[in-house]
This record gives sequence, structure tokens and C-alpha cells, in this order.
Amino acid sequence: MLIRKPNDIASSEITPERVYLDRRKFIADATKLTVAGAAAGVLLGRGRDLSGQEGEDQQVDWSQMRSELGEELNPYEHVTTHNNYYEFGTGKRDPVRNAQEFQPRPWSITVEGECTNPGTFDLADFIKPSKMEDRIYRLRCVEAWSMVIPWRGFPLKDVIDRAAPNGNAKFVEFTTLYDPDRMPGQRRNVLRWPYVEGLRLDEAMHPLTILVTGVYGRDLPNQNGAPLRLIIPWKYGFKGIKGIVKMRFTERMPRNSWAIATPREYGFYANVNPEVDHPRWSQAREDRLSDESFGFIPRRNWIPTRMFNGYGDQVAHLYDGMDLRVDF
Amino acid sequence: MIVTVDRKRQVLLLKLATWVLALSPLGWLVWLTVTRQLGADAVDTLLHRMGDFTLIILLTALAITPLRRLTGWNVLIRIRRLVGLFGFFYLTLHFLIYLVLDQTLDWEFILEDLTKRPYAVVGFAAWLLLIPLALTSTRGWVRRLGKRWRKLHKLVYVAVALGLLHFYWQVKADTFWPLVAAAVYVVLLTLRVRPRTASN
Repeated sequence: MLIRKPNDIASSEITPERVYLDRRKFIADATKLTVAGAAAGVLLGRGRDLSGQEGEDQQVDWSQMRSELGEELNPYEHVTTHNNYYEFGTGKRDPVRNAQEFQPRPWSITVEGECTNPGTFDLADFIKPSKMEDRIYRLRCVEAWSMVIPWRGFPLKDVIDRAAPNGNAKFVEFTTLYDPDRMPGQRRNVLRWPYVEGLRLDEAMHPLTILVTGVYGRDLPNQNGAPLRLIIPWKYGFKGIKGIVKMRFTERMPRNSWAIATPREYGFYANVNPEVDHPRWSQAREDRLSDESFGFIPRRNWIPTRMFNGYGDQVAHLYDGMDLRVDF
Repeated sequence: MIVTVDRKRQVLLLKLATWVLALSPLGWLVWLTVTRQLGADAVDTLLHRMGDFTLIILLTALAITPLRRLTGWNVLIRIRRLVGLFGFFYLTLHFLIYLVLDQTLDWEFILEDLTKRPYAVVGFAAWLLLIPLALTSTRGWVRRLGKRWRKLHKLVYVAVALGLLHFYWQVKADTFWPLVAAAVYVVLLTLRVRPRTASN
């Protein structure tokens, strides 16, 4: 069995989204993939029907995986114990504690607003037509920490195409489940519930934008936003809304929860931008969560933050002519 | 005399209890560090817990005089300076964690924080303000400064107020604990002010 290690790959072959490759088909498809990846400017990974598949994919040696910049993945434990998910508490370690009882099934998603095919769908039906892929993305939190995470999901564009937005649709608004009985954090008015996020339609249709159902080849844990969350890798993490129950196509820009809570500090676009500081801290650098330490004493692992989180070559054109200091 | 011996023993026990109680949070954090239980963002945990304990200990110091008046247990006054010093000790650790582990001694960013970011500025000011109080906490300085010592040490109220502001300003949305701490502070402050106005 061929396991593809980073150093097996010629640098010319490394494309921005080098990800999981189905080794059974790898040799046959390698040329095709590389060409397709180069043409699109992004290698989207081997499309592989993973729907219905549960449990860890033993065939993947995740420790060998790297981001396209050669960065190591953050371990599963980091990804699943350090979460901002205020529906389950405001501390980073609250969600893993408080979300264990949560039942992410049955689950349905409502698609509504300016589109031709609205409706309410069972989760399984909603995701079934799409090919699941594993993608290694950097996650940059607005709080200046970051991780590298192998998500499992599919392009948001898939479901948008099926919903067929009409000419009025300029934005997509997403809503998290509101159920204080199941989400204890919603019993306190820390934010305005339910959590709402939004994207401009072109951002939503961008091939990097994915709906996520898993991480590290496993089903998404509750604390990471099970059963369905959004990931937009060039934006701050809070744009990646979790526990999604509704998608609505709108003509007007949605008002997202953090922009409502603190408009001076959080905007609608929330693109990762080292040049626009948060009023309370610099965004020029980030602490890549790691086990860096002085002996047994932990310390931060500061690295420079990249414009659009390093995905600028693929997304910068979306913001041509915009002043990102104003639309932060 | 029996009374004085008793009082001496009381003071001794009280001081011992203070040392044990005040150092146990530090012991707990060291334990979590050594056993790697601080979580994915270990520096954050250390920094924030150290900040929490600073405020808890300083508020405890402010509670001593009201508690003494309320209970008539005058021996309490003998540990007030000690508790205050432990507050300064934790605040200094908090600041050192910030400088070394959090900022990894990157002075460019540290300088920017301490001059430009209001929450960092007030936190730093609180620490600066407590330095002269810590330095003059010895018996010799108490004697030397006389009445001025009490006046000088009233600054602790200003420092704690700045600390509370620092706490409030650094949270993202959940202001519950900063507000609880502020409420405790206001209660303690009113307890200190009231008896004097009543006797005037």
C-alpha cells in the first residue's frame, strides 16, 4: 500500500489544498488530479463518497499529513477540546464538557428565501448528493490563535446549486439551532440567540468554502458543531457557524451575531487580515497551538499571520476595490 | 499571661493557614502544568487563572477590615498585610507569565500592548501602583511612615479597581464574572466608608 509522505511529493506538485488521497485509486488518478488541481488553482482532493461511513478511517496516517505549507496538523485532542461554541459555554473547554449529552440526530435543515427550491430536508438527504472530501485547512481564530485541521465535508456550492438562488439572492444567512434545553449556553444572554452568520453569495460559492460533517475522518464531535458546520478558511473562525439548521438566501446583508454584539470589534466580512488589528490586540501574528515549552512550562508559538490566512491567491479577487479597513 | 499566649498562637495559626491557603492555587497550577492538564491553550489557562487568583486574593485583603468589624475578631488585622502581599505576588506571576510565556519577551508587541491597548494599560498600572505598597509593607516602613502609611495603602482600592476594569475589558462577551467581582468590590468599599461617616 502506498502511503504518500510529504517528501515524496515534488514541490511542483504541491497545490494549495493537497489533502487526503484515496490510495486505491491514487496511481491511476494522480496525473489527472494534479492537472485538474493546477488548472483550478486548487486541488480539491479526491472526491470520494464517504457518506454513511462512520468511525475512524484506519487507512489514513494523519500524522504524515501536512498543510500545503508543510505545517503539521494539530492533534485531534487540540481540535476537539479547545473550542469556541458559546451554545455550550464561554470557556474554551466548556464545549467538550457540556456537549457530550447533545444528540445531533435526527436533524433537519431548512433552505428558504430567494431561491427556486426551498424546503426542509433531513440531514442525510441534504448531504447525500455530495461527495465527501478531506481537506486540510488552517483555522485562524479572531482571538489570535490558530490550528491546522483535516476537515471532512463538501463544497457549500453543492447545496446552493441545488437550491438555485434567484436573481435577488445576494447573501446567504445561516442559523444555528436554538434549543436552550439541549444547549445550556443559550440559557444566558451572552450573545443574541440563535447564532447567525452570513456570507456574500460569491464567498459562499467559492470552492474553498465547505460544509463540514467530520474531522480527522470521523464524525464531527458535538463540541465542533455536529452535525453540520461551515468552514471558510480565509475568514476568522467565528464565521464558521456550527449546528446549522437554516440557510436563507437574502437580498440584504445578514447581521451576524458577533457584529451585533460588538460592532466596533467584529464585522461582517471578518477576513483574516494582519493589517487590521482587533481594537484590543494585534492581528499581525497568531499563536499556532502547539506543545512548545520551556522544559515543562508551556509557551506560545507565535507565527506571522498571513493575508486571507494564506489563501489570498484564491480569494483576494473577491474583494477587489474594497477597503478592508472599513469592511473588516 | 495566658491571654497573650493565646493570641500569639492564634496569630501563628492564622498566618500558617494564610500561607497554606494562599499558596494552594499556585500549587494547583503547578500540578496542572507538570501533568499537562492545562488544555490546548496552556498559556491562556495559566495567565487567566493567575489573574483570577490575584483578584480573589486582593478582594480578600479588602474584606479583612470589614470582617474584623463585623465579627469583632481583631486578630484578623494581623494577616491583612500578608494577604495583600500574596495578591501582589500572584499579580507579579500573572505579569511574568504575560511577558515570558504569552509574549515570549517580544518587546515590540509588549510595548504596543502596554501603551495602546486600554485593558493592558490599566492592568499594568495596577501592578505599578502596588509596587510601592509591597515595598513599604515591612514593619520598619509602617513605623517610619506613621499616619501616611495608611493613606498610601489606601491606593490598594485604586489598584483593585484598575484590576477589575482590566478583567472586564479583556472578556469578549461573557461579563458575568467581572461583574460579580465588581459587585463584591462595591460592597466592600461601602462597608469601609459607612462606619466612618456614621461616627462623624
